[in-house]
Amino acid sequence: MFRRIKDKNIRDDQIVYHSLRDSSIIRLFVLPVIILLVAINVFPLFWSLILSFSNYSAKMVTEWGKNPEMVGGVNYSKILTDPDMWYKFITTAKYVVLSVSGEMILGFGLALLLQLKFKGRELITTFLILPMTMSPVIVGLMWKLFYDPNWGMFNFLLGLGKIDWISDPSRNLYSVVIVDIWMWTPFVMLLSIAGLSAIPKYLYEAAEIDRASWWSKFRRITLPMVYPILLVALIFRTMEAFKIFDLPMGITGRGAMAPQLIAMHLYNVSFVTWKTSYGSAIGYIILIVIIAITSIFIKYLNKAKQ
Amino acid sequence: MAEIVKRKKSISRYFVIVLIIVITVIYLIPFLYIISTSFRPWTEILDFPPKIIYKPSIGSYIRIFTSRTVYPPGEKLSDEEVANLKWYERIVYNETNEEVIRMGDLPRRYLNSAIIGVTSTVITVILGTICAYGFSRFKIRGKDDLLFFILSTRMLPPVVVVIPVFLMFRYLNLTDTHIGLIILYTAFNVSFAVWVLKGFIDEIPIEYEEAAMVDGYTRFQAFRMIVIPQAVTGIAATAVFCFIFAWNEYAFAFLLSRKVAQTVPAWLPYQMGVLGYDWGAAAAGSVLFLIPVLVFTIILRKHLVRGITFGAIRK
Repeated sequence: MFRRIKDKNIRDDQIVYHSLRDSSIIRLFVLPVIILLVAINVFPLFWSLILSFSNYSAKMVTEWGKNPEMVGGVNYSKILTDPDMWYKFITTAKYVVLSVSGEMILGFGLALLLQLKFKGRELITTFLILPMTMSPVIVGLMWKLFYDPNWGMFNFLLGLGKIDWISDPSRNLYSVVIVDIWMWTPFVMLLSIAGLSAIPKYLYEAAEIDRASWWSKFRRITLPMVYPILLVALIFRTMEAFKIFDLPMGITGRGAMAPQLIAMHLYNVSFVTWKTSYGSAIGYIILIVIIAITSIFIKYLNKAKQ
Repeated sequence: MAEIVKRKKSISRYFVIVLIIVITVIYLIPFLYIISTSFRPWTEILDFPPKIIYKPSIGSYIRIFTSRTVYPPGEKLSDEEVANLKWYERIVYNETNEEVIRMGDLPRRYLNSAIIGVTSTVITVILGTICAYGFSRFKIRGKDDLLFFILSTRMLPPVVVVIPVFLMFRYLNLTDTHIGLIILYTAFNVSFAVWVLKGFIDEIPIEYEEAAMVDGYTRFQAFRMIVIPQAVTGIAATAVFCFIFAWNEYAFAFLLSRKVAQTVPAWLPYQMGVLGYDWGAAAAGSVLFLIPVLVFTIILRKHLVRGITFGAIRK
């Protein structure tokens, strides 16, 4: 009764809301988000593109025609002919391959082990996913203490001598890889668990009747069924690993002895030596590489889904 | 025969369980190490190898919360003066022979992190819910393209936009302000929120609202009284995700905040040098910073898969 009376009072509003057209719904509901995204993502993206074809330093006074001076593709040709830049790209590629393959193997392996139902499985899974949700830079700081050659536990627990994992440039890339694997293996594990639990049980029951071996069940049922989701994990991890910045910042900082990773270099170029345009060009190259790699993976993903 | 097979199976079963437990323990060693370091008394932090059993002290936590000066060497406080010290001052005096001069920088940074995290989360969730509802319930021209556009902004590596964002913020005087980081984190999270929340709202049968509107509810009332209560779990999970992202974010906070709006991740790693390699304090700061995320992760664990796949996988 009460509701009906109340409704009668706001009948005017009702007419307004019912007569909303598509266009006004878009305006009211969707447009705020689109505007925000255009302002913070799309607009800077174009700005960055223009900057990358100019010669601009954010430290100097802006003077049209002089400080942002359009110079064409000079920045790009400089980057692509600089052997030092190639070295950084190759180092980053090495980092991506090592850390992502480590995460895929360990994460999928753990997910397979956790297929076993036992008491406390939930608790163990929760423990294992903890590293993934933490701030990478704080994880880096934590591992910096853990790695310390004099007092850290890492060398001690592994029975190694006083090996310097942080400031030795021949080694610290691998120490960041180890932490990356530690941090993101749970990500692959979690996705794999979801993929594995979606496999219909009757497939295994049918294979059981045929007395299929563990290996042939794994190869014929498990692997093809989780393949798409493993690809999704691979895409996510590759994208993230390629632009890694905060983890090495926590472990090694960005000094001369830091691992030669491309995103760290972008920060140094743009905000230490203030070659803003050059930095923008590096950013665009990173973007193109990431788009290229992911579109190859996505092609495989679409093929797998068919 | 069958019994042997069974026994064999149960042995391998126990083997796998033990293996999993061993792996988990190894996995957690860095955490345990950092927690134990944070509670170690000052004199034992640099012991090597570290003692497994020790008398815990909260000295490190007091040190990360305070600014201190060292008493001149040889100067000793009389018993009466020691008795007059506040409890935390006494701990610091006994451990490191230092005098507490004022509150340190940590509380301020912690507060900044909390303000920026909570505010950006609230705005993100409000914008995201409305937008997701629009996408879920109305025919919108170019819907798929718009949704793909929203997703693609999240996939965009921040390193590409970091320079123009920096210039934009400098031009608008948003550098080192809470508002600046709030806008930024909202923009980064809202794409994620729309996708995940759309999934949650899609699951609510549209018939509920239609029935309500036949009964005379307005569209807005139906949204508020039918959709929101049904989607509240999803909204809460999304909010926690957004908060964790904003709380953890480093690259932009490091670049765009110096003092006023500096968050913990942008501040803590640089305290190692300042504190004269005070490991205990660095460990204590890390633990304090990780605790909220730890709690949220445990609350969130059921929705984690859904979150990390942008709602693509629903369990």
